[in-house]
Amino acid sequence: MSAQATDTSIRTSITVEAPLERAFAVFVEDFDAIKPREHNMLGVDIAETVFEPRAGGHIYDRGVDGSECRWARVLAYEPPERVVFTWDISPRWAIETDPDKASEVEVRFVAETPDRTRVELEHRHLDRHGDGWESMRAGVESPDGWPLYLSRFAERLAGSRGV
Amino acid sequence: MATYQVDGWTALGDQTRRAIFERLVDGPRAVGELASEFPVSRPAVSQHLKVLKDARLVVDRPAGNRRIYAVDPTGLGALRADLDRFWGQALANYKRVVERQTKEDA
Repeated sequence: MSAQATDTSIRTSITVEAPLERAFAVFVEDFDAIKPREHNMLGVDIAETVFEPRAGGHIYDRGVDGSECRWARVLAYEPPERVVFTWDISPRWAIETDPDKASEVEVRFVAETPDRTRVELEHRHLDRHGDGWESMRAGVESPDGWPLYLSRFAERLAGSRGV
Repeated sequence: MATYQVDGWTALGDQTRRAIFERLVDGPRAVGELASEFPVSRPAVSQHLKVLKDARLVVDRPAGNRRIYAVDPTGLGALRADLDRFWGQALANYKRVVERQTKEDA
């Protein structure tokens, strides 16, 4: 896995030992198992995260009490190569209702061999989130911003090796 | 980084804390002002502010006999970095799931 950042986007990629079609299908169908569960904007625990497999669909968390949090709109759904969805979450970690202030996430699936697929993820247009963005960027340049998190990221990768 | 530190996601997981934080995004405020705007006691507001401060989402400074709280850009930067962590974690989960299924079918 590798990660890098530009001013207004985050890019990360991973290579998995699986054919292209399966790599795409699992990402969408098992998104519930992929999304870190502790990230929750509902007032209750999440029962399930649903990725609706079509352009115009949503990604939403469903709480144990039936409440829903729709935090992404699917913009492009092109199996087995590409999916694009919005990130309707503001810098304050609340649902962003203004679509002009949403960033977007593109996930691309590239066959490296018949049994191996590279998955490239880009979370871009972070500047669309507006005012909060400037103060966020100031924080990124502080010693406690990127360097700290990158070292944590590296630690986690080292820890997951051999699993 | 000390392990007792609260991260931004956890700190903002609480609805009252999120509301207090959002109020501070609009502008700096004293504890008393915040307490008058929320249906919680002043000690409770102070406790929430302490958690937000531990997560480096807010900073405080004395002003006479009061304490003024404001949003700390460092914490917001950490939240952006958390986004990177979010996707790193998601892709690590994904790799585990897809490779387990592929192995089972082989």
